[in-house]
Amino acid sequence: MTFIKKTLASSVALAVTAAMATAAQAEISDGEIRIGYLADMSGTYRDLAGPGGLEALRMAVEDFGGSVNGAPIQVFSADDRNSADVGANTVREWIDTRNVDMVAGLVASSVTIAVTRVLEENDGFGIVSASAASSITNEHCTPNHIHWVYDTYPLANGTAQAVVQQGGDTWFMLTADYAFGHALEGDVTRVVEENGGQIVGGVRHPFPTDDFSSYILQAQGSGAKIIGLANAGADTVNAINTASQFGVVEAGQQLAGLLVFLNDVHAMGLDATQGLLLTTGWYWNMDDEAREWAERYYERVGRMPTMVQAGIYSSTTHYLQAVEATGSDDPQTVREHMMRQPIHDFFARNGRLREDGRMVHDMYLARVKSPEESTHEWDLYEILTTIPAEEAYRPLSESQCKLVQN
Amino acid sequence: MATTQTMTPSMKRERRANLRRNAFYLVLIAIGLVAPFFAYPVFLMKVLCFALFACAFNLLLGYAGLLSFGHAAFLATGGYVTGYLLASYPALTPELGILIGTAAALVLGAAFGALSIRRQGIYFAMVTLALAQLMFFFYIQAPFTGGEDGLHGVPRGHLFGVISLRSNLAMYYFVFAIFLFGFALIQRAVHSPFGQVLKAIRENEPRAVSLGYNVDAYKLVAFILSAGLAGLAGSTKTVVFQLASLTDAHWHMSGEVILMTLLGGVGTLFGPVVGAGLVVSLQHMLAQSPLGNWVGPILGVIFVICVLSFRSGIVGEAMKMYRKNFK
Amino acid sequence: MTMIFGVPLAVFMGQLLLGLINGAFYALLSLGLAVIFGLLKIVNFAHGAMYMLGAFATLLGMRYLGINYWAALLLAPLFVGLLGMLIERVLLRRIGHLDHLYGLLLTFGLALIFEGTLVNFFGVSGARYPTPEALQGGYQTGFMFLPKYRAWVLLAALVVCFATWYIIERTRLGAYLRAGTENPALMQAFGVNVPLLVTLTYGFGVALAAFAGVLAAPLYPVSPTMGSNLLIVVFAVVVIGGMGSILGAIVTGLAMGLIEGLTKVYYPEAANTVIFLVMILVLLLRPAGLFGKEA
Repeated sequence: MTFIKKTLASSVALAVTAAMATAAQAEISDGEIRIGYLADMSGTYRDLAGPGGLEALRMAVEDFGGSVNGAPIQVFSADDRNSADVGANTVREWIDTRNVDMVAGLVASSVTIAVTRVLEENDGFGIVSASAASSITNEHCTPNHIHWVYDTYPLANGTAQAVVQQGGDTWFMLTADYAFGHALEGDVTRVVEENGGQIVGGVRHPFPTDDFSSYILQAQGSGAKIIGLANAGADTVNAINTASQFGVVEAGQQLAGLLVFLNDVHAMGLDATQGLLLTTGWYWNMDDEAREWAERYYERVGRMPTMVQAGIYSSTTHYLQAVEATGSDDPQTVREHMMRQPIHDFFARNGRLREDGRMVHDMYLARVKSPEESTHEWDLYEILTTIPAEEAYRPLSESQCKLVQN
Repeated sequence: MATTQTMTPSMKRERRANLRRNAFYLVLIAIGLVAPFFAYPVFLMKVLCFALFACAFNLLLGYAGLLSFGHAAFLATGGYVTGYLLASYPALTPELGILIGTAAALVLGAAFGALSIRRQGIYFAMVTLALAQLMFFFYIQAPFTGGEDGLHGVPRGHLFGVISLRSNLAMYYFVFAIFLFGFALIQRAVHSPFGQVLKAIRENEPRAVSLGYNVDAYKLVAFILSAGLAGLAGSTKTVVFQLASLTDAHWHMSGEVILMTLLGGVGTLFGPVVGAGLVVSLQHMLAQSPLGNWVGPILGVIFVICVLSFRSGIVGEAMKMYRKNFK
Repeated sequence: MTMIFGVPLAVFMGQLLLGLINGAFYALLSLGLAVIFGLLKIVNFAHGAMYMLGAFATLLGMRYLGINYWAALLLAPLFVGLLGMLIERVLLRRIGHLDHLYGLLLTFGLALIFEGTLVNFFGVSGARYPTPEALQGGYQTGFMFLPKYRAWVLLAALVVCFATWYIIERTRLGAYLRAGTENPALMQAFGVNVPLLVTLTYGFGVALAAFAGVLAAPLYPVSPTMGSNLLIVVFAVVVIGGMGSILGAIVTGLAMGLIEGLTKVYYPEAANTVIFLVMILVLLLRPAGLFGKEA
């Protein structure tokens, strides 16, 4: 029973660790930095973060030299299969048996919220890179995680506002029935109404859904100008495809994909997506710095990175710098240091980490190019405007986070 | 030793067998007590919870001959009720939360049992499946379960308001005690006259009817008992993992418990425990290895092999071998 | 606009039509299950996997062998049917003498193997199969835009269902089949090769599932798990119709599709559950199902 042996060894290691931790608070526990990467490696969100995100994480570790202050960096990973209990149990085990220092990745919002509960309970540390729900740093904020890349608030601020201003003032919402969908629906509703539009109807569909025909039919019957897709990944792709089967656009309605990633546009092709407005936290071809990193990534993975994969590199590097500077892997020490340092790299512009755990940085409104405009396989977006960091995200004055003094 | 002189050889044999059995139980309990020092306690607790679930299921299939394809409903009911109560009422102690969760599963079991035991064989399996699907729908819609997000942040709390269950070790011994209670209850039930009648019904229902037994009442009691114990397993599991999710209510879970029981040995006391231990270990070991995605196919192959060649399961086959070679 | 209980007529009719199309899938799948149950007395838990294999055979046939949709309509069911016959010969036959619940368990294991293996190669997010060119576009009916492909699905499924019904109820082969269901020993004595009949029946039943899979390929993402959730709905359909009843399976399949469509109009969340409610009610009132004979 090698399994028993292994767990025995790790529980002994755990006991030793516990003894060491009490002895020296400001040192790196076990003399190693352990990063656990938790993501959907096989399902709907595979191409968004998945194995590519793990590769970005490894790149960050390698570029950092593989060690911090002489302590080697160890990376391991697991597939959460988009299941909250698989995710939470995996992280609990990483904490109990491997003394994991930082949990990276974190994709589906439901998984993320479950995991951050475990992190808070056990005083661990997590960096959320792929989840969308703005509630992760609002009502679900904890001192033990931070949220990088993007959330539903700027998506609504960017895309929904632009669509309403172009005249799309009546909306029908197709919402994925879980934490992320609800958060996005709420944020979009606020932005649409603030800009003088109205939500005329909506339907919440199970996650994931294969057959959107009856929902599309309802959306057609609603008479709304815009069908807002408050879902992501394969759900969005399926909804757009079903809409095209039922002639939605020909009949005069517009689709607004609120969360569309580079990999989705790439998968659907420019014929189906041209002209789509979307909000993104980063685009590989947005400037020289971004392009340089993206090309290095491309050589390793064979695909251009999504904003999430780039964000994983950026956040991991920022984390490792904080560990190096403080000489500690204690979650609160590291977090405080990360908050003091402004973030300005190939990924984030004007970035800073707020006390609610939200990393705010410039966001971009982009338009999907037409097949004629595109010069090669990954030439997909045209950046229209920059949404400044301080305007993009939910202001702290509206925060319900328990870490924010209001 | 006055009594030994009056004993017949058969009584002596029985007494020796009893002694052996008690010694066997003692050894197992001792192993259970030291196990958390050798293996990850949370993993062991998961095994115990599923072992109890499988034992509860086996009570119905192995002793009453009823194949339920909806036992996930009871596991989930125990879990959700306990989880919701403990998360919303911090004053509630975990043992009370588990008690109420179990009671909820018992009530559900009484309702489902009354509807389903009149059918037999495949129809019984299908009715229980349909009822469990209704419960799945209820749990996906009911606001208190958190739907797809699940129910998180259930506090482990203080046992009897005194002993903190935060540490995995304390939690483990609590779970172990619950498991022993559940197992002992099943053991008593099976060896009681009640259990004998159940077996008679399984072997030949018309004969049991003609002997004057109220067959439906016996089946119903077995169903309720099984549902309650499945609920107990679900409640305990929720306290251990501090969450309840739709995974427990999905019909795949009903299939998984059949696999555990079948693999270990239908109608044997220890079969479900062995089966649950094997299946959970397999999932656990494979989950974080490169073979992680092969859990499904491997379980499938085990299923097929069990049905084709080892229908008595591991414990059943082992007992057959023991009887052939040592008696 | 005409309203029916607060719902525009167009939406109401549209949902019913979509329901009927879903019902056509239920009818095809439950028909196969009913045929298999009739002769083998096995609840074929692998039926969903066979549907999925039909869709995958279509997708992979196009990708690697250049087989077009129309050829796949014939070849995919043939391939899956042969696979089914192999399974019956090698596995199911060995447990024929046991309690029928073992057949259910064995096929459940097979479903796990097929689905899990394909998950490893294709993930779960699903691949797209293009709509055949002749069936692109749609018709503007009075109340909705009906894509041509969906109309074709309804037509094809109905034709296959009623052809199957005709063969079983009106031909000599069907007569053997029905007699084999009633009394296999006697049939054997009359010189009918019953084991062969059983093998062919199982193959035919799963070929029907595969045919449904081909029809589904351009509609839904082709993924390894596409059959598993559909399967238990189809079980409910078979139970409601009366296990083993051919006509019962077809009629109930279409009817359940309509009921589901109706539910989607008024309480969409319950659409997947309403069938189980019907099933429980039917079993309480008519234990052998709507079209079944009381044992």
